[in-house]
Amino acid sequence: MSKRKKKRLLIRVSILTVLIAAVVYTLYSTLTDDDRMLVKAGDAAPDFELTDLDGNAHRLSDYKGQGVFLNFWGTWCKPCEKEMPYMENQYQVYKDEGVQILAVNVGESEFQVNNFANEYNLSFPVVRDAQKDVMYAYAIGPLPTTLLINPEGEVVKVVKGEMTEEMVAEYMEMIKP
Amino acid sequence: MNEITCKCGHVNPEGTELCLSCGRTLSKDAENRKTADVMRYEGMARRSQTYNLSIIDKIWNFFSSVKVGVWLIVTTLIASSLGTIFPQALFIPQGTENVYYEERYGIAGKIYYVLGFHDLYSSWWYLLLIGAIGTSIIIASLDRVIPLYKALKHQRINRHESFMKRQRVFSDYSVESPEKTIAQIRERLEKKRYRIREEKDHLLAEKGRFSRWGPYINHIGLIIFLIGGMLRFVPGMYVDENMWIREGETMAIPGTGQEYFLKSDGFTVETYEQGEDPEVFNNTIEREGAIAKNYQTDAHLYQREQGSIAGQQGELVEVQNGAIQVNQPLKFDQFALYQVDFRQDEYLSMSFNMTNKASEESVGSFTIRFDEPQKVYELENGYSVELTEYFPDFSGFEDGEPQSVSPIPNNPAFLVRLFSPEKPDGEVAFIGIQRNVEPLGENDYALEFAGVETRDVSGLTVRKDLTLWILGLGGAVFMIGVVQGAYWNHRRLWLKKTADGRLLAAGHTNKNWFGLRKDLEYVFDSTGLEKPVDHQEENLNRNTSADAKEENNRDSTS
Repeated sequence: MSKRKKKRLLIRVSILTVLIAAVVYTLYSTLTDDDRMLVKAGDAAPDFELTDLDGNAHRLSDYKGQGVFLNFWGTWCKPCEKEMPYMENQYQVYKDEGVQILAVNVGESEFQVNNFANEYNLSFPVVRDAQKDVMYAYAIGPLPTTLLINPEGEVVKVVKGEMTEEMVAEYMEMIKP
Repeated sequence: MNEITCKCGHVNPEGTELCLSCGRTLSKDAENRKTADVMRYEGMARRSQTYNLSIIDKIWNFFSSVKVGVWLIVTTLIASSLGTIFPQALFIPQGTENVYYEERYGIAGKIYYVLGFHDLYSSWWYLLLIGAIGTSIIIASLDRVIPLYKALKHQRINRHESFMKRQRVFSDYSVESPEKTIAQIRERLEKKRYRIREEKDHLLAEKGRFSRWGPYINHIGLIIFLIGGMLRFVPGMYVDENMWIREGETMAIPGTGQEYFLKSDGFTVETYEQGEDPEVFNNTIEREGAIAKNYQTDAHLYQREQGSIAGQQGELVEVQNGAIQVNQPLKFDQFALYQVDFRQDEYLSMSFNMTNKASEESVGSFTIRFDEPQKVYELENGYSVELTEYFPDFSGFEDGEPQSVSPIPNNPAFLVRLFSPEKPDGEVAFIGIQRNVEPLGENDYALEFAGVETRDVSGLTVRKDLTLWILGLGGAVFMIGVVQGAYWNHRRLWLKKTADGRLLAAGHTNKNWFGLRKDLEYVFDSTGLEKPVDHQEENLNRNTSADAKEENNRDSTS
């Protein structure tokens, strides 16, 4: 009898476990729905290749061994505009320590991007994602969004929204080799 | 565990109501309950009622209760109906949820939002309720179907007289030869396609036992349905994305892993013309104006070469081309592109004449394309226009700086420098729609608006749903269960020859007593005996005839 009871308990425990797991999984997926598609910290950064304003191709995987500060932006986006000079300043500090900035403009014309880069004297590569291809690959929502990629090509952090100069410096420190 | 030993010597597990061997009622409690209730699960001990020990058993028992299940369903129904009071988040401007409800509906709106009613199907407590219902369905079914299955599988042919007497349909006959009567009944039962088993002095005939599984099949369907709903959250099973594409543009299709690209050849809206189908449309066109006939995007679908990475232009291979119309999606590789929205007449380009203000003569013209503005527009004879800045969605000035609120050319404006042989350093002008500012003093030359080109934008939904067939299967199984339980019934007839030579007949069905009575009428017809009496029916008749008599009396007195 006690053997049968044990077996019954085991069955009950396993059924309840499966049911609880299913409910927890569904809850977790729903509550993190917005981030579900987004490339997250810990993921390998999807590779891409985009062309900068001088016509040079930049492939993410070519920067293995360096930290990559991957910034998605638009000329019309005020916070993007605000953080660009911070990025430029810190680029001057960290570029010799092996940190590369790739600023990906999402879907705007060469003229606008060029104008913007000249206005802010950006010395890091500014690339254009005209077909929003890379934006979808990273499932970027609102701009700006910045991904910190370590020298191994792994995403360390996803930063949504505007950054202060201190944050930019801190993040570059995080990913320098 | 306490066991119950029946008078017949059979040992039954605790909670059993009818002896598994002879069918005697085992407890006072069962004695007092209605026979129909006791017979629902064949008098078996429902598993959850048998013991109550550990915390696991307590959880199990909680979900096993039908009462709890009903309350869960009622709560979910109430929550679902409350969710229809204000619009769901899906139908309000995106990103405004946190203020929208309070602004519109005051405190009630705030409560609505805070409690998650605005996005009901994604609120954690609603999902927990659904999860609890699913759990309840599974556990309650298991707890009932297993004992029921065992009871019906091992059901005995000979039952004790007390069991038979308790049945709703029961008669006690004195016949000359019970054996002969049983044989006659058997013959008729076979014609009615009852399955018959006989044992010394006893007969059990039954039909439609499988209808007893109906509710459980139905529950399996529900569970499959819930699993299908859950699978939507598994990556790769379900995609629901939106994309905007302008005429002439080639864009990556979101949700396809950057494998597919779409090029739009153009968007068209057609309306029914007056007189086109006069009987159907003329009245409405007169009353309402134009009626939409077709929304269509003509598109080419491209697939990117294998092994390409995001952003690489690579080779795009055309896979398909065709029209995307409402309800006529473009289908490819488990995906479907639906026409859902459009914006008409977005600015594509503007043309200008550069004119000499004094002579009002044009010195040349040029066109600015908003998707690829150029730095310099060279005109003839040493005239040129330099585009200094472009503001696609001009919204005004901030600290003297023109601002653009979006990358969409809703209200394009430009800062230009006009070069002429007379003014080799150029003259600055700020040009926009209904706007021509000369911020650095009066200019000799001006840009005159000469025309505009527009294009349409198609709004498409990218949809992939690999769970649809599971939902369909769940629905089908659900319906099979309903039909099985509703259109068939489990009818049984027990016959017993007692030691003193009487013949006992008892009948039971889980529903449709009328059908059972009809069967019995036919079956007993050849024996010369009245069919076994349905005691409930008899009581009912007696009451109604008493009522009728009373009525009559009253009639006669009045």
